[in-house]
Order: sequence, then structure tokens, then C-alpha cells
Amino acid sequence: MAGPQLKSTDTDNSNYAGLGPWLLLPSWLVIGFFLVLPVGLMLIYSFLTKEFRGGVVWDFSPAAYDQFFFDRGLFGDSAPTIELTYISIFWRSIWQAAVATILCLLIGFPTAWFIATKTGSNRTIWLFLITIPYWVNLLIRTISMKFLIRDNGPLNELLLSIGLISEPIHMINTNFAVQLGLFYSYLPFMVLPIYASVERYNFALSEAAADLYATKWVTLTKIILPVVKPGVIAGCILVFVPSLGAFLAPDLLGGAKNFMIGSLIEEQFKGNAGNWPFGAAASMILLSMVLVILTIYARQQVKAGDR
Amino acid sequence: MAKHIDIRKFTGFRAIAVLCLFLLYAPLIVVSVYSFNDSISITTWGGFSLRWYEDVFFGPEAPKFKQAAINSLTIAIGAAVASTAIATAAATAMLRAGKFKGKSFSFMLINLPLMVPEIVTAVATLIFFSAIGFVSGYMTILVAHIVFCIPFAYLPIAARMQSIEPFYEQAALDLYATRFQAFRMILLPLMAPGILSGFLLAFIISLDDFIITNFVKGAGVETLPTAIFGAVKLGIKPNVMAISTLLLLVSVVFVTLSYLVGRMGENTEK
Amino acid sequence: MRQPDQSTQVGTLAVEVQNVTKNYGTFTALKDINLGIKDNEFFTMLGPSGCGKTTLLRSIAGFESISKGDLLLYGENIADLPPNKRPVNTVFQQYALFPHMNVTSNVMFGLERLGHSATDAKRRAREVLAMVQLTQFADRLPSQLSGGQQQRVALARALAPNPKVLLLDEPLSALDLKLRQSVRVELQQLQHETGITFVFVTHDQEEALTMSDRIAVMSNGQVQQVGTPVEIYEHPVNRFVADFIGDTNIIDVTVTKTTGQSATCRLPDGSTLLCEANDGAAEGTGHISIRPERIRLCNPGTGQLDGRIKSRVYLGTDLNVHVTLKDGTDVKARIQNTDGIDIPNVGEPVDLRLEASGTRLLVD
Repeated sequence: MAGPQLKSTDTDNSNYAGLGPWLLLPSWLVIGFFLVLPVGLMLIYSFLTKEFRGGVVWDFSPAAYDQFFFDRGLFGDSAPTIELTYISIFWRSIWQAAVATILCLLIGFPTAWFIATKTGSNRTIWLFLITIPYWVNLLIRTISMKFLIRDNGPLNELLLSIGLISEPIHMINTNFAVQLGLFYSYLPFMVLPIYASVERYNFALSEAAADLYATKWVTLTKIILPVVKPGVIAGCILVFVPSLGAFLAPDLLGGAKNFMIGSLIEEQFKGNAGNWPFGAAASMILLSMVLVILTIYARQQVKAGDR
Repeated sequence: MAKHIDIRKFTGFRAIAVLCLFLLYAPLIVVSVYSFNDSISITTWGGFSLRWYEDVFFGPEAPKFKQAAINSLTIAIGAAVASTAIATAAATAMLRAGKFKGKSFSFMLINLPLMVPEIVTAVATLIFFSAIGFVSGYMTILVAHIVFCIPFAYLPIAARMQSIEPFYEQAALDLYATRFQAFRMILLPLMAPGILSGFLLAFIISLDDFIITNFVKGAGVETLPTAIFGAVKLGIKPNVMAISTLLLLVSVVFVTLSYLVGRMGENTEK
Repeated sequence: MRQPDQSTQVGTLAVEVQNVTKNYGTFTALKDINLGIKDNEFFTMLGPSGCGKTTLLRSIAGFESISKGDLLLYGENIADLPPNKRPVNTVFQQYALFPHMNVTSNVMFGLERLGHSATDAKRRAREVLAMVQLTQFADRLPSQLSGGQQQRVALARALAPNPKVLLLDEPLSALDLKLRQSVRVELQQLQHETGITFVFVTHDQEEALTMSDRIAVMSNGQVQQVGTPVEIYEHPVNRFVADFIGDTNIIDVTVTKTTGQSATCRLPDGSTLLCEANDGAAEGTGHISIRPERIRLCNPGTGQLDGRIKSRVYLGTDLNVHVTLKDGTDVKARIQNTDGIDIPNVGEPVDLRLEASGTRLLVD
């Protein structure tokens, strides 16, 4: 098309100068009142005393955190030792989220690369196909996975009928199933941000590397990965953070035995445990971990921006 | 003859991409196929039938699902309308109102619902409503969804606004339009595709939400995801597969719609 | 007041810029600028990018607020008015045609905001579109027009409300060379026909020299010189203007005597030269400026400066000859490509003669 191609340099973006705070007022009110305030209240609740069958008594007590970190014996009179039950649940969650992230990266990066190097309608179709699962209800996707890997589900049936196995593999309610579920749930979250940064990648860089005698492997590790790193890191965070607090995969695929942070917290409010301060404390610990990760990420972004 | 080397291609990447697509779709396709299974037993194939769809709409559980669907739909529309309006105002402030105090803080605030893990938001909201004595139910779900949907609506709206050069509104101001007229007659029409995709995104996010809804819904009020979750707790029955397939279809339609809206936006820009 | 009127006498000032300063944080975009733009003139603000010309134009339009000073439009202070209350219109660099409205709606936009009836606005839109020869494109969308057509719609849209002053922000920069040259003529004609004061911003000196009644040369947020194209080109007041407008040679000299408008200078090789001088020229070391076309080549021993040919560049209508003087200074001469010109080969000696009327002692 014909027309002006120049980018404006001296146009400003203050057509509605002075109205900023007014236009932001609804966001401030809604998010402040219904998210910031509740999180603050949650922090307070984590220091209150539990009431049986849910709720709290307004008495200050560090009992929730004490219960989380220390073991004082059955009657609370032994010398405190480190309580491993909850720490190990958190540790397992971190571990499983990390494994899910690595698996997603191993599958997601080549996929994103492959799509970004396609052209025209081919690329559009691939991108469209990857986008659909991204927006399909996570509950439905998890139920589908549960159905597929049941003991007498379609996967086992298929393997049995082609004679690959002689009896069904037990997958449901195992750690493997939770791991598979996390990977499956958040795989699209890895592909899209990497795709976005590969799409902007300047392929002349690869040509220059090849021209300077680099092999494909060297080009990938020394040129491509450093350049598209922001997309890779964004993808890893988009997989790791929700995996850490996941509830559906451990609940539906892992069964009761395979606790992750998400199910532990849910149990305090919706399940039989009914310990609100403890649930609030566990939520605070999860939130702190996520905020630390995001802060490190933001710092890195700022550093990358300075360069 | 030297073999032509394509620097864009890596051996095996195509295979992995195909595998990725297969992994993503296999469970969904299997469930969709089995939702048409005539057999009572969900694992053996008893021929093609629409009986489970009939069951969803007219079976014993139909009233429950119908109410849940109505709740889901009205909440999603309400949350999408409110969050789109809030996000449009916020984007105008962030991208068109110059510098002002608290701007970077506001940006963080708008994105906060994305940063806080869903389960933490759920817990905090539950505690908040119970502390102020607000009865859990329809309204609590709606409010929680509005908060959660704001950053999702904000993303496409802000992206679109960023691509609209400020000189269009300046031309309007130059031609004697007031700021409100410049916003209504120039910026808003040019923003339409972005606002529509923001709305669709917020709608589907609300429709899909399970974790927060599950915490704040209280007794008696169900949305489709919580109703399905409740049903699955007792084992996956064929009618659940039918309803899942229907929801799947809704998602596909919405993604397609927002994709087409995006394309429309690109075309009008030229 | 919002309704622009035609009743202005000749000789009044259309725009007065009084002590205008504009700061962006610590950066000063405009430094205490004073300018008077006459009624009914084609006035150009010329300068390199970042010199402040666009900022000044946008300040007059009302898109930038000024930090200090006053802006008068036909005697009325407009510095505090928002853009929609100022009876001036702008042709934007990227045209800023409303993409969702057709050509007619674009042109009608300002008229409708001013309260004209739809029929009235439509009639006026037709009139202006006829003026820019776009009648048959009235129903098209901007995206269905070529760049040149879009530019004319932008012009029509800005002219439709009959503004007191038309502001043009590098409106030709997005057009290709051929089109640009023909549009220059059209713009000038349009200015004569409408009698509206045009304030034109450009970084292209050729554009400025060919179209303007007067030019303000700007750099570093300051006005360096205001004058007619001839004044600017023939009598630059300082080194920046001499250097920025056209091609020139700057030669170090020693000023031996100044008398009013002229000065006697000693050239590097010891010969003396009488040349024009700016006000404030002082004795001592200085620089003279001479345009390449004002230098003649002559046989060794017959000119004022002797040197050797460094290079010759063939340009078709002209030849550019670079000569290295004995003290090492490089001088450019431009020789018209006429019959029988005889230019020595590279490395051979040559003498230069400077035309006194084209030589000017500069104040830095």
C-alpha cells in the first residue's frame, strides 16, 4: 500500500493528560479492594488461631507457621525438631514443577521454532492449532487426560491390543500421572512466548554464523538461544509458576496420596482439615516463593533492557 | 553437487512439533469420540450414538447442568463487560495520558492478578468475603472474576492502543473536537478490534475458571466447571464427556472468533 | 472567536512568538525564541532534525505546552488555549487521516465540530476537494488512495474550516521525489489562492528555498537567521547557516581591516581579499565562506590562491573539482559543463580566483 511510512519521533502520548488517575480509579478500586486487601487479610489470618470447622478466632498466634516448620511431638511438649511433612510437600511441588518446565521446554522450543520458520498460511494454521488447547478449559483437559490413562482406559486398551504390553500399566494416582498432567496442562504456555521471540529473530544472524564456519549446533547454542532467551525465560515462568500452585492435576490425576501445595491448601478450606490459619500460612509461603521468582525475573529484564 | 543447507531447519524439530500437537490433541479427541459412544460402559465402544448429549439436555441431571450453564454464561458476560470497561479506561490512562504519579505502580497493580497464583487469589478472596460477612454465592463469583479478568482484557486492548499513533486524536483536536469527542469518534472506533478481543479473552477466562470459583461459590451455586468437577469426583460418566465436548466446541468457536477479529483489526489498520 | 474570519489587514503579524522556551525535563528544546510571521506569507522553519522546528510548530498548534513566553495569533494570546480552541489547522507529517472515515467525512470533520450544518459542511467539503482535484475520490477510504492523494486530502481537511493559519509539518517527506517537486508548485499556488498564512516545517533546504517567502533557519532550539531565500543563501549571518544551506567552502583567514559592511582579509597564501562582512566582524583570525560556484579555476600564476587538483567528479551539468591549497586546505569548486572547458588533470597545479561578491566573512 502507498502512504506514509515514516515513524513519528516527536508525537507524544499525552492526549488525555491529567486524566490518568481518574481513568485508573476503577482499576485501583477493584483490584485494591478485592485483591490487595484480601491478600493483606490473608496474611493477618495466617497469624490467627484456628476455629474448628473453618474460620478463625481473633487471637494472635504463630501456630500456623510453627505447625508448618516444626514438630513438637504429639502433645506439643517435646523439643522442637524440623517438621518434614509440609516442607517435603513444598519440595515435591517445586521438583515436579521444575521437571514439568524442563519437559515443556524440550518439546516446546523445537515446536515454537518449527512454527516460526514456517511461512504464510502454513504458519497460521500451526499457530492456530497450538492456540486452541491454550484456551480450552483446563478442567476438561485434565479430565480428558484422566480418562485416557485410566487402568482400563483407551491408552492401555490400545497398548494391549497391539501386544506391546500384556497387562494394563497402572498410571492413574501416581506421581507419574501428576507429572504428565502438569506437562500436558502447561505445554501451550511454553510454546507461545518462545514462538513470539523466535518470530522476531533475525535469520541473518544464523547466516552470519554459518558463514563464519559455525555448525548448526554451535549456531543454536551460541547464537540463537542467547538471542531468544527472553522468550524462553518467559515460557519457563509461565509453566513453572502455575505448576507450583496447581490443584487440578494433583487432585484428579494424583489422587489423595500425591499432595502438592495446591491440594494441601485446598484441603484446609474445602476439605476435612478445616485449618484456615494454616491454609493462609501455606498460601503466604507459596506467594512469597512466586514473588521472589518474579522479582528475579523482573531484575533480569531490567538488566537486559539496559544493555 | 553440494547439498543445500537451510539454516532455519533443524533435524527432528518437525517430528517434535508433530508429537507436540499429537500430545495436546490426543486426550481431547479421544474424549470427543467416546462422548458419542452408545455403550453404558465408558471403555468399550458400542457404536455411534447421541444418547449422552440427550442425557445432558434432558436427563435427570439436566436441570443442574442447565442452571450451571446459565450461571457460567451470565457471570462470564458480566465479568467480561466490567473488566473490558475497566481495562479500556486503564489502557487509555497508561498509554495516552502522559506521565503522572503512580503510573508504574498502577501498571504493577493491573498485572497483579496475573502474578498471584490462582489458588492464593482463591484463598484470599474466600477469607475476605467471609471476614466482611458477605454471603458466598453468585455475586462473590462475579466480583472475583472481574478482578481476575482485568489483566487479560488489558493485554489486547493495550497492544491495540499502542499501535494507534496518537496523531489521529491530535488531528481531531486540531479540527475543533473536544477531548471526549476525539476519544469517542476517533480512538474508540479504531480500538474496536482490540476491545472486542479483550472482551472475548476475558469471557473465556471467566468461563474456564475453576479454582477461584470453587473457593468462593458457597453452597448451592455452581458454574459449569464446578458442576463438572463435582460429577467427575464420582467417576467419569459418559454424560460428562458429552458436556466436556460441548465446552470444547465453545472454546474452539471463541478462539476462532477472536482470531478473525484480530485479522479484521490488521486489515483496518492499512 | 473559534470562527476564523478573513478581515485582516495586510502588514499585520499572523503569528508572534515571544520569548518562547520549552523544556523537556533538563533538555531545552526551544531557547527564548522570538519570531514574527506576517499575514498571508509562506513562512518556512528550516533546520536539521532535533533543532526544535517541529516542537515550535506543535506549540503553535497547541499539542505542546510552552514552558515560558507567549504565542500571539493576530494579536490574541493563544498560549493557554487547547488545540481545539485555536483557529489554526495542521497538515500532519503522516497525514493522520481518520482511517475509518471516507474522504468527505474526513474533510467535513472540522466543519461539523465548529457547528456547521451537515449540508453546509458537505458543500464546503466538495468545494475544497475540487480545489485539490480530488472530487472523484470523495467516497473512498484513505487506505484506497495513493500517498500523493492522501496528502491532498490532509490538505483539504485542514483548509476546509478556513483557518487563520495553516501549519504544515513536513507534509512532503513521505512522497517520492518526482511527486514532491510537483506538489511544491501546487502548495504555493494554493497559498496564493486562499490567502491563508502558511507555516511550513521542513529539513529539506531545496523545498524551503523554492517555496517560501521567508525562512527561519533553526538549530539547537534557536533561530539562527530569518530572511528571504536570497538573503539566507547569499548572505548567511553565521557559520551554521552558511554550512547548512547549500554547499560552501570555509577558509581560515586573518582579518586586517573592517569597514562597516566589508572587510579586508589575508588569505592563507598571503594575498588579500576584500569581502562582505557581517555585523560584529572583528579583526584577527576569522573564516570566510564562499560557494563552490563562485570559485573560478585559472592558469597557475594568474589567480589568488594556488594549489593542485586533488580530484574531479563528473556530475553531468557540472563538474566538482577538489583543489588542495599549499597549506593543506581542501577547496571545492563547481564548474559548469560548457563547451571548451579545460580542467587540468589530477596532480597538476592550478590557481583559484574567488569572486569578492560571493565571499563573506562569518561571525561564528
